[in-house]
Amino acid sequence: MAAYILRRLIGAALVMIAVATLVFFMLRLVPGDPIAAMLAEAGSDEAREALTRKLGFDQPLIVQYFKWFGNMLQGDLGASIYGSNQPVSKIIVEALPRTLSLAFLSFVIALIIAIPAGIIAATRKNSAADTAVSLFAFLGLSMPDFWLAILLIIVFAANLQWLPAIGYEPLSAGLWPWLSHLILPSIAIGTGFSAIIARMIRSAMLEVLNADYMRTAASKGLPTRIILLRHAFPNALIPVITVIGIAFALLISGAVVVENVFAIKGLGRVLIQGIQNRDYPVVQGAVLVVSAFFVLSNLLVDLLYAVIDPRIRYS
Amino acid sequence: MMTDATLEPIPADIPQAPKRSRMRSVFSKDRKAQFGIIVLGLFILGALLAPLIAPYDPNEMTLDMMGSPSGEHILGTDDLGRDLFSRILWGTQISLFVGVATVAISLFFGVLLGVLAGYYGGWIDMIIMRYIDLQWAFPNFIIAVYLVAVFGTGLLNVIVAIALAFLDDFARIARSMVLTLKEEQFVDAARVQGFSDIRIMVFHILPNAMAPIIVQATVSVSYAILGEASLSFLGLGVSADTPTWGLILADGRSFISQAWWLGVYPGLAIMLVVLSINFIGDALRDALDVRDADI
Repeated sequence: MAAYILRRLIGAALVMIAVATLVFFMLRLVPGDPIAAMLAEAGSDEAREALTRKLGFDQPLIVQYFKWFGNMLQGDLGASIYGSNQPVSKIIVEALPRTLSLAFLSFVIALIIAIPAGIIAATRKNSAADTAVSLFAFLGLSMPDFWLAILLIIVFAANLQWLPAIGYEPLSAGLWPWLSHLILPSIAIGTGFSAIIARMIRSAMLEVLNADYMRTAASKGLPTRIILLRHAFPNALIPVITVIGIAFALLISGAVVVENVFAIKGLGRVLIQGIQNRDYPVVQGAVLVVSAFFVLSNLLVDLLYAVIDPRIRYS
Repeated sequence: MMTDATLEPIPADIPQAPKRSRMRSVFSKDRKAQFGIIVLGLFILGALLAPLIAPYDPNEMTLDMMGSPSGEHILGTDDLGRDLFSRILWGTQISLFVGVATVAISLFFGVLLGVLAGYYGGWIDMIIMRYIDLQWAFPNFIIAVYLVAVFGTGLLNVIVAIALAFLDDFARIARSMVLTLKEEQFVDAARVQGFSDIRIMVFHILPNAMAPIIVQATVSVSYAILGEASLSFLGLGVSADTPTWGLILADGRSFISQAWWLGVYPGLAIMLVVLSINFIGDALRDALDVRDADI
């Protein structure tokens, strides 16, 4: 098992190096002159030269690459070329708690919806409840998250005025201010995600419910509740865990769009504003960090999977 | 030359003839799929006939600003007095076109890579698979956003960006199908007859690998439409003066507290189309007998 973990860790590190390399070189593919693109029309000759030197574009590509890579390993992602020229790492460190709070709450909301829905659908297969869950899943998968966000704002912020429509408060400002700003965006992101998990739980439960050990549990006279929650559900969760890695991609993609609806300055908003300002160091840093989280979560899922299901062999 | 037909045995476990009747029986029973076909059909018709049936020019500004839905403007008007129904109708063209064009490109190149990797194995497989693993390290939507950020907005760039983001899904499926199929006797039979690799791949392996690819393509069209809408919504879409569903929503976002219709109808259009495609995709999955594990 130790060898397996080590191999997966090395694999993930190699992927990250490749990811960073790709992110770096792709930006150099910008058609035409990236400096001109960053400065737009307003750039004078001196401004051009200053920016070229600052970004190190006057050096050979390979030198730039190794320098960038070395700096990155020390947590230095360069500086924003826009506004007050803050270090990119500082911008990202400020944005990260917002995106992580959002992803975490979205995940919790998705599970709160998906677990009961999936179990009910499986235990009452082909009933009206099952059909309702299936329809809900289709709707959840088909509804753009930013549209759901807008609908939630129309109902709960603009009309009922129960919750704020925009902004973010850190947890240090208190639980309710933090939560109240995140509830609507988390529902917007979590709903689509819950549809996927509910479907997975349903089909996994159906498979488990037919297993021999379920009949054994029933013939021992165990109450249905115990059979479902203690015997069936944990086993039904195993395949669900494998999709969580993929689902993390959805959470992040969801956050990129939904943060922009609610004006929450998380990674997604940093990324999109970076693109709008042609602030390439920021864009590069944000894409890199998002991918790092994605690679890490996939790695964690693989390891978790191995821990949870002892039937898996590490060869 | 001998005719191929006599020498192309149909593998016993992939029955060919009943497929069509199975398709018919699934679709005749599946209410959701019927709903999907009708609704999607209406949208396709609307997209094709937009120039004829749109009551107003989608970009024509009037003084009737933020008018609520009425007999004159059935879905109301936006902050610049443009007719929302006409804008959504024209937006259908872009959404459906991007959805289909993206998947066509992605399918062609993805399947090409997957078939080459699976059929030849060795270093070709290794290079292609390393690339696919690398792409796997980025969430699809982030790939599309980054590509548009690097290469700029516009219809072609959006299509290429989303197509590239989906490439690995098709390559993966095609490769795993080829790996199974190339051990089948009918492939050996074709090889013994001296058929070229290309002929074997295109005419013998590919037709038998199509079922999961078709299902994946259907699902991908719906994701591509959602992807384009998201990019447009973020201002990274086709262009600021082409009405697309995402852009109409983005434009209307600031006014939703006074004009709810600007926040409701464009999204409803996206959802209805995506939902219809998902319903059809689900029925296709049943009809073609594709298991989730194949995708």
